Amino acid sequence: MKATALKGLLLAATAISAVGAAYAQDATLTIESWRNDDLTIWQDTLIPAFEAKHPGIKVTFSPTAPAEYNAALNSKLESASAGDLITCRPFDASLALFDAGHLAPLTDLEGINNFSPVAKSAWITDDGSTPFCVPMASVIHGFIYNKDAFDELGISVPQTEDEFFAALDKIKADGTYIPMAMGTNDQWEAATMGYQNIGPNYWKGEEGRNALISGDQKLTDEAWVAPYQTLARWKDYLGDGFEAQTYPDSQNIFTLGRAAIYPAGSWEISGFNAQADFEMGAFIPPVKAAGDTCYISDHTDIAIGLNAASPNAEAGRAFLNWVASAEFASLYANALPGFFPLSSEPVELEDPLAQEFISWRGKCESTIRSTYQILSRGTPNLENETWNASANVVRGSETPEAASARLQEGLASWYKPQM
Amino acid sequence: MSSAPKGKPAFRLHIAVFLAPAVLVYTTIMIVPLFGTLQLALFRSVDGAQTFVGLGNFEVLFGDPRWSQSFWNALANNTWFFIIHMLVQNPIGIALAALLSRPSLRLRGFYRTAIFIPTILSFVIVGFVWKLILSPVWGVAPGMLDAVGLKFLFAPWLGKEAYALTTLALISVWQFVGIPMMLIYAALLSIPDEILEAAECDGITGFAQFWKIKLPLVLPAIGIISILTFVGNFNAFDLIYTTQGALAGPNFATDILGTFLYRTFFGFQLQLGDPNMGATIASVMFLIILTGVSIYLFGIQTRLRRYQF
Repeated sequence: MKATALKGLLLAATAISAVGAAYAQDATLTIESWRNDDLTIWQDTLIPAFEAKHPGIKVTFSPTAPAEYNAALNSKLESASAGDLITCRPFDASLALFDAGHLAPLTDLEGINNFSPVAKSAWITDDGSTPFCVPMASVIHGFIYNKDAFDELGISVPQTEDEFFAALDKIKADGTYIPMAMGTNDQWEAATMGYQNIGPNYWKGEEGRNALISGDQKLTDEAWVAPYQTLARWKDYLGDGFEAQTYPDSQNIFTLGRAAIYPAGSWEISGFNAQADFEMGAFIPPVKAAGDTCYISDHTDIAIGLNAASPNAEAGRAFLNWVASAEFASLYANALPGFFPLSSEPVELEDPLAQEFISWRGKCESTIRSTYQILSRGTPNLENETWNASANVVRGSETPEAASARLQEGLASWYKPQM
Repeated sequence: MSSAPKGKPAFRLHIAVFLAPAVLVYTTIMIVPLFGTLQLALFRSVDGAQTFVGLGNFEVLFGDPRWSQSFWNALANNTWFFIIHMLVQNPIGIALAALLSRPSLRLRGFYRTAIFIPTILSFVIVGFVWKLILSPVWGVAPGMLDAVGLKFLFAPWLGKEAYALTTLALISVWQFVGIPMMLIYAALLSIPDEILEAAECDGITGFAQFWKIKLPLVLPAIGIISILTFVGNFNAFDLIYTTQGALAGPNFATDILGTFLYRTFFGFQLQLGDPNMGATIASVMFLIILTGVSIYLFGIQTRLRRYQF
């Protein structure tokens, strides 16, 4: 009986590999990527897993330094020397590649149906008809806190905004810990971990984001000004000299146990696990009143597409289908806790902190950062302006109302639906 | 046949041959890109094709309130950056050189080297070291001020709009004060002893000697230093970029022409680069520097009195 089963298995394996070999006789795929850090994960985990299933296809992961990736990739594509598979930056950078004919359309790729519209939104034509990259991972925003500090001070995890500020007041009054670790020197912390972190609760996630794109809402509306008003209150709870505190400073302050709360993105998880020697937990951006629907920023960050000029298109599509599978999702997510697979297939994560973050997808509505799709295409650039405005508001050098008015004016100066 | 007509020297081929390598290299890496930039500034990308727009980009830069506001902000900051250098770096450089050239000074070589060393350090090192020194979280600056009871004077300088630019200018002064010091020092050493002895015979010593004899003699060197400072400051970029990033925070308080150009030309984060507007800014920077250098060359240098020994 056992022997038969084994034979059957072998037979099936041969059949599968024969199918594989039929269209991909010894094809070698090269992946272009900016994820230098992931080199070992690709070489030791992901590629062997794929090659085991698809004999005859060899895969090489060939990353470039992040800051040079876009420029290097563009020139490689122009000179037709780019790899077969292209790791896609979200939104306009990749859309530009698709429009220039460098990325193949993936409308008929089977695996693309495993993704929700929000997951695909970063790599799709503006009309939503043609996807051109397979989403790989997203990052989720929230707050990471020091469990020891919370226990010591007898604070429970805040659910509402009032509880959140009450907790901050309590930590501040006690004085042992800096209530919240964030600085404004690098500006993007204030925008990304501040405004985009708490904002979706105010503008109701996708609803507000789409309304802004269609021109039905303005940045001067209550829903978009209110997060700035909340952000302005954070000032009192940040460490001394937060104006000159950089992003690595904030990370270190938290992992050294000097601060109680860290406004976070899930990409911090692996770093924090390695650095911090206290127990950490995470909580959702607090809602206004208990029982309100919560919204989280589940931001699409990385995807992979097919070079339109690739001679190994069939093998490439096989790889993309594998990226869309549950197997890839689970391998990738566990190798890189904090970078969550976007596939609709359920994935179990071993890291408790990462599991906490990903569990929010079931409780809250997901959205992406409001400024990323379409709205940052012109000059002035809304995302960059948001960095500046958020940092100003946290520092208190600009009022929430003035900052919103300035952003709206800038957006309206080039974006037709907002004029 | 035997000789060329008088007054018309024979063509000397060897001059051209000897000049050729330098001319070729300089042309390919300096002159061609310069004109390429100027040309790029006259075009604009319309539907993916480069279209000639004449001075259209300059109109946008100076006419559009957003562009012009950023530009004037960067120019004003840059001017302040330059003023700090002129007021702090050069006088200190001259004073140090005057001290170093005193024959009675011991350990002269040590001081000279110690003061000059920051100049040869990379901007990146200088930027990060100072950022750490001044950091409110880990820096030694708050602790040192605390030790002398002046903690109340400490502020997160690099994060405050009012102080950030001046702080960065002073960091740059710290780094480059060695250059004016060395140049002036060399100029001071070249003053013949006879002149100084004659001055001493006339009873001019000490400070009076410095003001009346030495300073006028090193004035041409000071002129050269000023123009080097001017060109260096209006081309500056690295220090701001390494400490404050391309957005030149807080709230663009440290944005100078170099960072403004970088952001525009190469883009930043979600903002895609705009090489045409970038080239426009680069052209304006070139014109500003050209004007400054011309004023110096024709307006000041020709009037400086030179002394032959």
